[in-house]
Amino acid sequence: MFHASLKTLAAMLAENKLSSRELCQTWLERIGSLNPRLNAFITVDPEKTLAEAALADARRAAGNAGPLTGVPIAHKDIFCTEGWLTTCGSKMLGNFVAPYDAHVIQRFKAAAMPSLGKTNMDEFAMGSSNETSWFGAVKNPWNPDYVPGGSSGGAAACVAARMAPAATGTDTGGSIRQPAALCGITGLKPTYGLVSRFGMIAFASSLDQAGPMAKSAEDCALLLNVMTGFDPNDSTSLERAKEDYTRDLEQPLTGLRIGLPREFFAEGLNSEVAAAVEAAVDELRKLGATPVEVSLPNSQLAIPVYYVLAPAEASSNLSRFDGVRYGYRAPEYTDLNDMYCKTRAQGFGSEVKRRILIGSYVLSHGYYDAYYLQAQKLRRLIANDFTEAFKTCDVILGPTAPGTAFKIGEKTGDPVEMYLNDLYTIPANLAGLPGMSLPCGFDGKGLPIGLQLVGNYFSEAKMLNIAHQYQRATDWHTRAPEGL
Amino acid sequence: MSISPDDVKRIARLARIEISDAEAMTSQTQLNAIFDLIAAMQAVDTTGVSPMAHAQDVSQRLREDVVTETDRHAVFQNIAPAVEDSLYLVPKVIE
Repeated sequence: MFHASLKTLAAMLAENKLSSRELCQTWLERIGSLNPRLNAFITVDPEKTLAEAALADARRAAGNAGPLTGVPIAHKDIFCTEGWLTTCGSKMLGNFVAPYDAHVIQRFKAAAMPSLGKTNMDEFAMGSSNETSWFGAVKNPWNPDYVPGGSSGGAAACVAARMAPAATGTDTGGSIRQPAALCGITGLKPTYGLVSRFGMIAFASSLDQAGPMAKSAEDCALLLNVMTGFDPNDSTSLERAKEDYTRDLEQPLTGLRIGLPREFFAEGLNSEVAAAVEAAVDELRKLGATPVEVSLPNSQLAIPVYYVLAPAEASSNLSRFDGVRYGYRAPEYTDLNDMYCKTRAQGFGSEVKRRILIGSYVLSHGYYDAYYLQAQKLRRLIANDFTEAFKTCDVILGPTAPGTAFKIGEKTGDPVEMYLNDLYTIPANLAGLPGMSLPCGFDGKGLPIGLQLVGNYFSEAKMLNIAHQYQRATDWHTRAPEGL
Repeated sequence: MSISPDDVKRIARLARIEISDAEAMTSQTQLNAIFDLIAAMQAVDTTGVSPMAHAQDVSQRLREDVVTETDRHAVFQNIAPAVEDSLYLVPKVIE
C-alpha cells in the first residue's frame, strides 16, 4: 500500500476495500515509526487527521466523493491550517496556531483529502538543505547522513520514505524541485499565479508558488487539479478556465522538441548527474522527441539577481513579525523598539537574519538603483532568454541540481556554497515559468539524481505528459529507499 | 564593494534586529561573500531594459466596495502575546 499511486489508493476507497479512517491510521502508524529517525514532520495530530478522514468517509457514504476523496496528504508547515500549529520552521512561529486555512488547505479540504500533518522545512523557506529549521534537520531517507534538500525537505523526505502518499510544497528558488531531486521523487512548481498564495506564509511574494510533490507525474497531475484555481484573496491569482492536468498524460512524444540549454551542462555540473540526464535525453529520443541545443545566456546571473530580489522582498514580508499580534515575543525588554529588536533577534535564525540584512541593505537609501533596480532589469533579460529559447523548442530540459545530496553540516558554514545549489532552478522562478523535477538515476553512493523540465507559461499538462511518458518507459520513480 | 561591521549594525538597526559586536563581525564576513557574488550583476549594461517587478503582466483587480470579512477579532487576538480589552498591549510609547 505504501508504494501505491494516488489512483490506486482512490480506487481502493471507491471500491470500499477500506475506509479513509483505516487508510489514515495505517499511514499515521508508519509516520510514528519513521519520524523519530527522519524528522520529516513537525506536527502530527492523529485525532485531527482521523476526524478529517471520518468526514471523507461520510462524504463517500453520502455519494458525494470526488476523485481523491479520503486519500491523505502531508502539508508543508508554511500553509496556515486552522487549529494546527503552523511554524514555518521558525521559533518565531513556534507557538502559532493558525486561525484560518490557506487557500491550498481549503482546496484539499473541499476535496476531502485528510491532512497527515505538517512537514518540516527550512526556516521561512530559506535554505536548500532543511538545516535551517528551528525543529532540526531532516534526514535524507536514502542515507540519514545526508540532507534531503530544501526548503521543502520534510515534504520530499516523507514522500520518498513513503510516510505519506503525497505532499504539498512551495518553491521560491527551487524549494520543490531541488529536494524532489535529492530525495528521488517528482515535484512540480506551477506557472506563477496558478496556485493561490493566500495563507501561505510569504517569503518572496513575486516568486513564491506552491505545487505538488509525489511519487509520479500522474500523481502530481491529479494533485494539481485540486490545488489550482482562481482565488480573490490573492491579488496575483490568475483568472483562467479550470484545466484538467491529466488530459495529455497518454499523448505520444513524437515530434517533441527538447531544448538543452548549453549553460546547464557547463562547468560546475557533477559528471554523474550529467551522465544520468544525458541518458534520460536518449530515452526521450527513443520515445520520439528531438533534442535541440538552446542558450540561456543570462542564466549565470540568476543567483546574483535572486539574492537581491528574494531578500529584498523577504525583508519587507518578514517585518510583520514584531512580537505584537502573534508568534514569539522576547520575555524582557526596555521599550517598544527594544521589544522589536530583541523579539526578532531571538525569534529568527541566522540564515533568516542574514537575508533580512541583505534585503534591508539593497533597499536602503543610496543602494536601491545599483542593486534592486539592476536586479529587476536583469530579471527581464533572464525571462527574455526563455522567450527566445521557446521559439525553437517545446520544453527545456537539464539537471535540477548541480550535484546529488550532500552531507548534513557540509555546507552550513558557507552560505554562498549553499546558494549555488539553486543555480538551475532559480531562472524559472524569476521568469514565473513552470518547472518540475523527476528522478532519472542514482550516483555511485546510491543517492538519487533529478532531471528538470522547464516549460512555457501554462504548459503544465505538456510537462506532465513528457514526465509521465518517461516514467512509463523507466522505473527510477518507483525506487524507494530500503530498510525503512 | 565591502561593508564594515558598523554598516552591519546600521542595517540591523534598520531591520530592528538586535546584534552584538561579535555577531556583526561574523555577519560582515558572510555578507561580504554574498555581496561579492551579487557584484557579478554590475558588469552587465542594462541601459534601456525595463525593470521586471513581476512574472505576470497583470493589473490589480478591483472589487465591489462591500464588507467581505466577518468580525473574528477574538479569534485573532487569542494568539497574541498580550491583549487587554480587545487591544494589543505594547510597552508605553508616549509619556
